[in-house]
Amino acid sequence: MLAESLALSALLFTIGVIGVLTRRNAIILFMCVELMLNAVNLSFVALSKLHGVGGQVFVIFVMSVAAAEAAVGLAIIIAIFRHRQSVNLEDINLLKG
Amino acid sequence: MTYDLLSPTQLSAALLPDLLLMGGAIVLMLVAAWRPESDAHQRTVGLAAIGLLIATMATVVWMSVRGDSALETGVIAVDGFRWMVDLILLLGAIGTIALAIEHNERDGITQAESHVLVLFAVAGMMILAAARDLMVVFLGIEIMSVAVYVLTGLNRRSARSAEASLKYFLLGAFATAFLLYGMALVYGATGQTQFAEIGLVIRRLNLIDNPMLLVGIGLMLVGMAFKVAAAPFHMWAPDVYDGAPTPITAFMAATVKTAAFASFLRIWYEAFYSVFNGWAHAVWWLAVLTMVVGNVVALSQKNIKRMLAYSSIVHTGYLLVTVTAASVLASTAFTFYALAYTLATFGAFAVVASMQPAGETDARISDYQGLWHVRPWMATAMAVFLLALLGFPVFGGVGFFAKWYLIQAAIAAPAGLTILAVILVLTSVISAGYYLQVVRVMFMMPRADEAVEPLPVGALTRAVLAVTVVLILGLGLFPSRLVEITQSNGFRPYAYSPALDMGLPRFEP
Repeated sequence: MLAESLALSALLFTIGVIGVLTRRNAIILFMCVELMLNAVNLSFVALSKLHGVGGQVFVIFVMSVAAAEAAVGLAIIIAIFRHRQSVNLEDINLLKG
Repeated sequence: MTYDLLSPTQLSAALLPDLLLMGGAIVLMLVAAWRPESDAHQRTVGLAAIGLLIATMATVVWMSVRGDSALETGVIAVDGFRWMVDLILLLGAIGTIALAIEHNERDGITQAESHVLVLFAVAGMMILAAARDLMVVFLGIEIMSVAVYVLTGLNRRSARSAEASLKYFLLGAFATAFLLYGMALVYGATGQTQFAEIGLVIRRLNLIDNPMLLVGIGLMLVGMAFKVAAAPFHMWAPDVYDGAPTPITAFMAATVKTAAFASFLRIWYEAFYSVFNGWAHAVWWLAVLTMVVGNVVALSQKNIKRMLAYSSIVHTGYLLVTVTAASVLASTAFTFYALAYTLATFGAFAVVASMQPAGETDARISDYQGLWHVRPWMATAMAVFLLALLGFPVFGGVGFFAKWYLIQAAIAAPAGLTILAVILVLTSVISAGYYLQVVRVMFMMPRADEAVEPLPVGALTRAVLAVTVVLILGLGLFPSRLVEITQSNGFRPYAYSPALDMGLPRFEP
């Protein structure tokens, strides 16, 4: 079971990375990052079966931090939407050089 | 006193400065929300925040003078390195708030909570400086980052500020995921989250070639490289530094970087030292690439905030040398350099902040043309900061000794980093191209006819400028006391590693 769980977690993480690198919508990007974090959570839980409760404690921390990050992240996405009427990263290009 | 970190009360006692800062920040947040938004209230809360930071600083000094220590087991460190880094971080936070109070007034930002966010960010950084456990590192990084994401987008009227905030948030969260996956794999390979235990298990089970551990270290390295803006993971930094309010840019360039590096050093020295040969090449190349890319791209910048952003990437490259060097000397060179860099960066951004017209505009280097003729003192101060960043002798003050110390650490490193030291010196020569360019523009070119008169400089900004100039030049003239203090507060790479050999030619004196 451990090997399968770790493989699934690696697969989910990779899907998340590919999503972040290819998609251009800020909300979808954010969802991909969340997918990556949850893939890591899966790894931690699977490994804690081997190593004891430490991994599960870590998962609790990750989930609470991810929730806080989601609140801030969505607020930032709303702030940018008010300025540009879009959350597409291709329309958000004031800063360059 | 010696703390037993397994007992909750003693753990709290060992976290006294952190708890003081956090508790004070929560109270200040309530105070900030108590009255309607106004300039006066924003200033009051800002000054109270500076007071709280000074109180925290006093606590840190008190605990360090008392020579507190901890038993080996524990999730946090109680050592001189932590206190040194804490003091540098708190100094940076005081500078940020002092600049932010007047910058907010000018840009019409009346939210008093902005100062409280700086306090929360610093609380996260202090946790990071103390962390000796992967979980605590993760919490520290996130407490710091979430606050800084918001600070970047503080100016709600500015589309550039919002864009910088979005970019920082998305890339920061992406990097955190990498860091976290690396932590998961390290935990998987060793079954431990405490640094000392990880180092111990690696040695005992001889995991030096364990693929899971090495991939984990690699992913953590990517995450850390993002956080400290090392090339090729630096692309976000110029945009974010450009769009953020200038005091916050200084905060990110100096203080956030110092905190991330302190933790970087501690993880790599304490947990991963036994696999030195596994990661040393990667960090070596990261350092070289960062120094070269940062310096070359900085040469072509027209906007001074972007130029300073690339300069901060260059300094990341210099600081990566201390990670590769992996010695007590390198850890002391780090604290010395971080202090010099913080002072010079805050000074430079204080000048940029006071030269910016209200509202949002580019901060072009050409605006500094002939500054000497209208603001002679400010031009002189800016020259000192730029020379300090360059590491110029005498006029660059403590910046010169910081670089000297760094090169010394590289040459004396157990792995022998003479080539890296040579690259450091050569890339520093390139950096003269853009630092001295600004000095030339300020002093040797006439003021343009259409140039607007810079706004009057507020008392707090003036205080920041005066203190940074005096400290840079003063410590440049009398560095020996500071050298003594940093040298007695180094920390040694944990766990003995039999062969520190990168296969590079060594320097034989």
